[in-house]
Amino acid sequence: MKDVLSLVAKRLGLGFVTLLVVSIIIFGAVELLPGDLAEAILGQAATPETVKAMREELGLDRSAPVRYVEWLGGALQGDFGVSLANKRSVAEQLGPRFRNTLFLAAVAAAFSIPISIVLGVLAALYRESVFDRIANVATLTSISSPEFFLGYILILFLSVQNPWFPSISSVTGDMPFTERVFVTLLPAITLTLVVIAHMMRMTRAAIIALLASPYIEMARLKGEPRWKVIAVHALPNALAPIINVVALNLAYLITGVVLVEIVFVYPGVGQLLVDSVTKRDFPVVQACCLVFAATYILLNLLADVGSILSNPRLRHPK
Amino acid sequence: MTDQKSSLLKIRGLRIEGRADEKWFEIVHGVDLDLRRGEVMGLIGESGAGKSTIGLAAMGFTRDGCRISAGSIEFDGMELTSSPEEDLRMLRGARIAYVAQSAAASFNPAHKLIDQHTAAPVQHKIRTRRESEEDAMELYRRLRLPHPEEIGFRYPHQVSGGQLQRAMTAMAMSCRPDLIIFDEPTTALDVTTQIEVLAAIRDIVDQFDTAALYITHDLAVVAQMADRIKVLLKGDEVEEADTRSMLASPKEDYTKSLWAVRSFQRQQKPPAGAGETPVISVSGVSAAYGPVKVLDDVSFDIHRGRTVAVVGESGSGKSTAARCITGLLPPTGGDIRHNGQVLPASFKERSKDQLRQAQMIYQMADTALNPKKRIGEIIGRPVAFYRGLRGADLKKRVDELLDQIELEPSQFFHRVPSELSGGQKQRIGIARALAAEPEFIICDEVTSALDQLVAEGILKLLDRLQEDLNLAYMFITHDLATVRAIADEVVVMKEGKVVEAGPKDEMFRPPHHEYTDLLLSSVPEMDPDWLDGLLERRGVDNIGEAARK
Repeated sequence: MKDVLSLVAKRLGLGFVTLLVVSIIIFGAVELLPGDLAEAILGQAATPETVKAMREELGLDRSAPVRYVEWLGGALQGDFGVSLANKRSVAEQLGPRFRNTLFLAAVAAAFSIPISIVLGVLAALYRESVFDRIANVATLTSISSPEFFLGYILILFLSVQNPWFPSISSVTGDMPFTERVFVTLLPAITLTLVVIAHMMRMTRAAIIALLASPYIEMARLKGEPRWKVIAVHALPNALAPIINVVALNLAYLITGVVLVEIVFVYPGVGQLLVDSVTKRDFPVVQACCLVFAATYILLNLLADVGSILSNPRLRHPK
Repeated sequence: MTDQKSSLLKIRGLRIEGRADEKWFEIVHGVDLDLRRGEVMGLIGESGAGKSTIGLAAMGFTRDGCRISAGSIEFDGMELTSSPEEDLRMLRGARIAYVAQSAAASFNPAHKLIDQHTAAPVQHKIRTRRESEEDAMELYRRLRLPHPEEIGFRYPHQVSGGQLQRAMTAMAMSCRPDLIIFDEPTTALDVTTQIEVLAAIRDIVDQFDTAALYITHDLAVVAQMADRIKVLLKGDEVEEADTRSMLASPKEDYTKSLWAVRSFQRQQKPPAGAGETPVISVSGVSAAYGPVKVLDDVSFDIHRGRTVAVVGESGSGKSTAARCITGLLPPTGGDIRHNGQVLPASFKERSKDQLRQAQMIYQMADTALNPKKRIGEIIGRPVAFYRGLRGADLKKRVDELLDQIELEPSQFFHRVPSELSGGQKQRIGIARALAAEPEFIICDEVTSALDQLVAEGILKLLDRLQEDLNLAYMFITHDLATVRAIADEVVVMKEGKVVEAGPKDEMFRPPHHEYTDLLLSSVPEMDPDWLDGLLERRGVDNIGEAARK
């Protein structure tokens, strides 16, 4: 167990370093934007005096490394500065949005992960059968269609032609849980359709890759039924690649939802990010990017730890 | 003892086809086999003889890409070739069980031994989980596994290879089957471990009066285990007889050639002169993988034109010593000299010429050759790297090397490794080592993955090359027959130390060091009474102990 802990600690450290590098890139990217930020914000009202005042207000008169350290120090304490557009604290705006995005991702994950793993196992069990082919074609079709298109199709069938679900997913903080799930359902299904193919195909491939192993042959020669051979003998050994692809898709559910949030007018981080970019509200853009990056790194870290723990050699050393 | 017993397995005209390149090829050409209850039959032959395929077919099972095309397999009155898969499944594990070659690969790494042991009896509703667990402990005890109450609750990687192989035999016994297929169950084990497993298998098969098909390529092993022997060659039966008469008077030429295969033996060369500087001199070398010490003060010399065989069980440090010499693993102490000059510890600090002088040939030619490259490129690369040859000169030199290893250049230059047989691949490995024009070659278990006849060809080739080029060999092996064939000097290693060293003739003559004696006496002999005699001499109840001493 000590080995596992030190491995996990090492991965954590690496994740932290990655995040630091990403924060430099995010900060640097904004710095590199052409033109003067103060002038851009002021637009037509830019006179030399107002620009100077604005630069001072934004702290642009100081050197970039100093501002970076200040910004990072604040971010570490949860203070991402003040929005340029409405002068409110960025953290205050981002917090509820991020919770909404996480909620949507959680609902989508609750559907997509079990469905795709079960489908993957079944496809491996009945490989080359009609079921396998249909599952493959269907999931490939759904991954190949743009998500906004899928979203509109769902709206057309499930809320316009049959008024079962609301086409606009306006969630509020004080909504009861079930209602919240209900209004989130359409975007969640859209996201599920997008991520399911990847996870299902990886599950299928990871299991089939193991079917030639001697221990699989042994299980068959012991007279174990097919489903047991797949679910009990192949699946536990195929977990490492499956965990990785699941984590990758979870990250996508959080960071790649921009289009779906816009289609369903869902108040998540994606929308906030798009709005802030159009308004040139850089503190908010930076904060959103940093949160996305952290999510991505954290999920990959969890995947690494999960893969390590799925290896019995590491879980139960000699 | 088998005369009055009834027939259990009857195979008639069995033909099996395998699929390659969208076509079906016959790999077993009409084999008959009869096995009575409680009888052990040995199936013997080289790889490609169809032994395993026939063994699996006896369970009504074919590997993916194979099919039974004709013939009948009758197990206890039931025709397996026409039975539905579900009926066969009820048979497998319950009445016919299988013991695979590599227990380490055939136990599922994700589950404890006991979970895998109890799966079949519970699945076939022969025992409850609880009964089966208790039975497992009883079987572990009978197979003389250490800590029988507790060992089942470990994961496969927490148990040694020999113990795993016995645990797998116990697992096969879990439903008290009528027939067990043993598919090379001791091939992957060290000689000392092999004895424990052989004795355990024989005892338990006797105790429960189980019939068995014992598949192996090792005649000496089958002589200990089988009542009758069937010899197979390329999917055909060569001959069948009871063990004693088969050993005493084989009828067919092929069988005789198998019997004679260990006959190659080279005269030991006179020891090198006292003043001669050895090509490679290892003195006081210690090495470690992290905190684990694997070599402890190892010293030996290798002289020009001589072969030093380094023997020992797996984990004794033989290959680590080779890694130290090549600089892949810098030693923690001691030094390695080449012609009297100290070599830098790491290969990274050695000059091209120093690197050129020590080459390696590996055990698994399959994995040691790049499958995407053509033979001409594989051999040409070291020629270009060390000698700087290009174009026509390079081609000429590669052709010369192919000639040296007795492969026709025009036929092999443009092929890829997958188009070659195991023996041919190993020859390419040799040519690649020769391409650097070294003085010294390390041969790491180069013949252990090969059939005996093919292995003999490789040994003869290495011997001839040594004569022609005055090469020095370090020959790492666990096979004492190989040592007898090719060595001038022998170094016996155990747990990272040299326990005995000297000229070959002395090493094979008593008195030996205790451990050398254990190794030598553990090599199976072609005498059906050998195992009994050995167990009696060592005392049956403590074979395990004797092997661990």
